[in-house]
Amino acid sequence: MMTQKVTDWVDERLGIAKGGRSSLNKIFPDHWSFMLGEIALYSFIVLLFTGTFLTLFFVPSSHLITYHGPYKPLDGQKVSEAFASTLRLSFSVRAGLVMRQMHHWAANVFIAAIVVHVCRIFFTGSFRKPRELNWIIGTLLLILAIVNGFIGYSLPDDLISGTGIRIAFSIVESVPLVGSYLAFFLFGGNFPGNSIIPRFYTIHVLLVPALIVALLAAHLGIMYHQKHTQYPGPKRTNRNVVGTVLWPGYALEAGGFFFITAGVLAALGGLVQINPIWLYGPYIPYKVSYAVQPDWYMGWLDGALRLMPSWEIVAFGHMIPNVFFPAVLLPGITFTALALWPFIERKITKDDRVHNICERPRDNSWRTSLGVGILAFYVVLFFASSTDVLANTFQTSLNFVLWFFRIALIVLPPASAYVTYLITKETQKNTAAGQRKVAMIISRDETGNYSTVDAEPAEDDIHPAQSPVPVPEEAAYLHHNGLVVGSEEQELVTVGDSNGSFTRSLESELPPQRSGGSGVFRVPRSLPGSQGGFFGGGPRRRGRGQRHGDQK
Amino acid sequence: MSVDEHLQGTAGSPRGVAQEHRSLDTGSKTAERFVALAFFISFVATIGLGVTFWVGGQAQLEGAFLFVALIGIGAGIVSWGKYLVPHGPFVQEREELRSSDEDRAAFYASLERGSKQLGRRKFLGRMLGLSLGAFGIIQLFPFLRSLGPVPGKALFVTHWKKDSQVVKVDGTAVLASDLEVGGAMTVFPRGFEGNALDQVILIRPATTEIVTRPGRETWGPQGYLAFSKVCTHAGCPVGLYQELTEQLLCPCHQSLFDVLTGATPVFGPAPRPLPQLPLKIDSSGNLLAQNGFDQPIGPGFWER
Ligand code: HEM
Ligand code: FES
Repeated sequence: MMTQKVTDWVDERLGIAKGGRSSLNKIFPDHWSFMLGEIALYSFIVLLFTGTFLTLFFVPSSHLITYHGPYKPLDGQKVSEAFASTLRLSFSVRAGLVMRQMHHWAANVFIAAIVVHVCRIFFTGSFRKPRELNWIIGTLLLILAIVNGFIGYSLPDDLISGTGIRIAFSIVESVPLVGSYLAFFLFGGNFPGNSIIPRFYTIHVLLVPALIVALLAAHLGIMYHQKHTQYPGPKRTNRNVVGTVLWPGYALEAGGFFFITAGVLAALGGLVQINPIWLYGPYIPYKVSYAVQPDWYMGWLDGALRLMPSWEIVAFGHMIPNVFFPAVLLPGITFTALALWPFIERKITKDDRVHNICERPRDNSWRTSLGVGILAFYVVLFFASSTDVLANTFQTSLNFVLWFFRIALIVLPPASAYVTYLITKETQKNTAAGQRKVAMIISRDETGNYSTVDAEPAEDDIHPAQSPVPVPEEAAYLHHNGLVVGSEEQELVTVGDSNGSFTRSLESELPPQRSGGSGVFRVPRSLPGSQGGFFGGGPRRRGRGQRHGDQK
Repeated sequence: MSVDEHLQGTAGSPRGVAQEHRSLDTGSKTAERFVALAFFISFVATIGLGVTFWVGGQAQLEGAFLFVALIGIGAGIVSWGKYLVPHGPFVQEREELRSSDEDRAAFYASLERGSKQLGRRKFLGRMLGLSLGAFGIIQLFPFLRSLGPVPGKALFVTHWKKDSQVVKVDGTAVLASDLEVGGAMTVFPRGFEGNALDQVILIRPATTEIVTRPGRETWGPQGYLAFSKVCTHAGCPVGLYQELTEQLLCPCHQSLFDVLTGATPVFGPAPRPLPQLPLKIDSSGNLLAQNGFDQPIGPGFWER
């Protein structure tokens, strides 16, 4: 066969079959929440594709030119080349607007998916040993994604993003001791200068994406090596993985899901307008725009800047600027605490066991409540980033809205944590919560009493009770080596046919009339043991994993 | 030996002999048709996309066609994976991540062996540290120092100086008669029109109830007041002058500055008043600066 020729050719040179055989048979647990990370990954791939397209047309320069182009309201205005080239992308380049808007939507979805993904990891305790390293890498990825989102948003040099850059300068400047130096080095001098757009460009299309690719590779490599966590369920233990096999089931599902993600992003990019910079106009430092709001992932910082009381600390001849607290200290604490969370939790629980089974959020009241409380804090900050819009919409004073949010910021987190605590306690009592529903038959007897019995499973309801089996090839191999896995004993047999060629297969796969026939004989018990590398490891004998936790 | 149901596509899901006839074939046929249809719809949409590009492109159409083309492929592949290939559930043992004690011991032994061989030459190690460290520190120059000038006095001063002429953004001089009572405009020192840090808002309040702070008695001739337009919070232009309340609003985080009391912050996060520019009017009616600002403008910084 052709494929075999090719794989053999490669194997002679790279030895891919050693690790590859177990990779193809690798099991991936199925759960909708495992798709969140995939959405992030696929959005990032869309960002790479669309971003590369944008680089072909975008001019990263703040050099001023006079705009002459299809967008008449700005005709004759002095704009930067960055702004003009973004207009050209939007109006003159074929498919340019779709690409630009897809890129922007993909950025928003990318970061949203990461955030929700982190929540799922947090609330199910999937960051526990042995997955702390991947948690830290994930935190770094989140930070890089937010940073690159902000920087990309700044590139078109429009009025709103330019105002954002101005605020960014002030924030960098507010770092104690070295702030003004940092700001001057980053901007190549005092604000605004001419360097920031080209520098942001290099950071945006090269530096941060390269870092993200590297960290992502590590993230996925570690995940692959350690294998997914899985939710508790029948036949699932801390020492096995139950799910779909990589080849072909999982590969098809995951690969197909990329196209679905990309399709949704294309629909957003084509049909839902985002960042219409021609309406904002070019950045002019003394012009102001109303309702200045950043992309959603910067909302919490913007909200924090707004809610912060007007304090500024001056001591020993030095100043700690107001923005330092909400825009440097708060994110500093946020991301440090986030990155170190597995270690903080372990300090408290003293739990040193290996955990491969996810916890249901309700089963860990204190973590879930704490998480919800902290989340509430950031949600309040996020909504606080639209104090002006809310005041306008509800026709109330800014003062009222501001104090409403300041109070909510203090009251809501503990309140929602407490409510969450009560809910978890309540659902813990209900053992059926979260389980798959089964049909019941309710009947009433002569005395008027009702009783219920479980109905027979529906014909096509194959899901819950089915007990998992090893992947066939693997099963045959294991069985042959005396490493019996699974409930059924099956014989590996080699069948010779009338042409004199032999095939190996499970006994159960043979046509019944041939098994036991004269052309069937046992394969010698001397196949080499499995020796997977980093990616494989291959099947191992049971009973070696004494140090696993959760094992009942 | 029956057909193992795990090894079948889930569509149809044979459960017992009784169901076998209705299962496999019909189920997979439906799934198969769906997958084929999805791919075909995608194909058609791709043709549509090509035609759209060909005739010049149109954003909404491109988005819609891209959507259908991609979703078609995606839905087809996913359904293929979900309904037409064996779906388990399969089980696999996890290997233990931890190495065996043997492996660990051997690993440490090798590590130790190498370290000992190196450790014998402490002096060389220190010299290597010295040269690497020095090399790293010197790299700060191209990678940090070349990036920009050090701040020096730059954050403390603006281009406003004694006798700077007040001009509009287009360079025309501002005369004492230019602003109506109650009006406001953005002005710059001559030669620095449009400069981000020199922008000043010139106001002529419609009231005489101005609270002049000590030392500033002469700063506002003929009712003209001039304040730095760079917000003391995070540097946005404080551009919205609300004539009715005599307040300046910063659009970024809604700080409010009370014009009549010297642009003191009355609401929001801004911690300091907007610095006031001392004005004077020369004999031909031109507005000039008496002097530069008496303090650094804009947001705070460590050295301030
Ligand atoms: C972490 C991944 C990334 C994020 C979150 C991100 C985000 C963004 C955002 C929000 C914009 C503003 C788009 C607009 O409305 O105009 C943007 C612009 C841009 N991005 Fe990215 N991006 C990422 C990766 C990339 C990559 C890998 C490239 C290139 C290979 C790239 C190239 C560009 C270019 C050239 C622009 C400016 C063009 C324009 O705005 O019209 N981006 N990015
Ligand atoms: S920059 Fe003016 S209120 Fe924040």
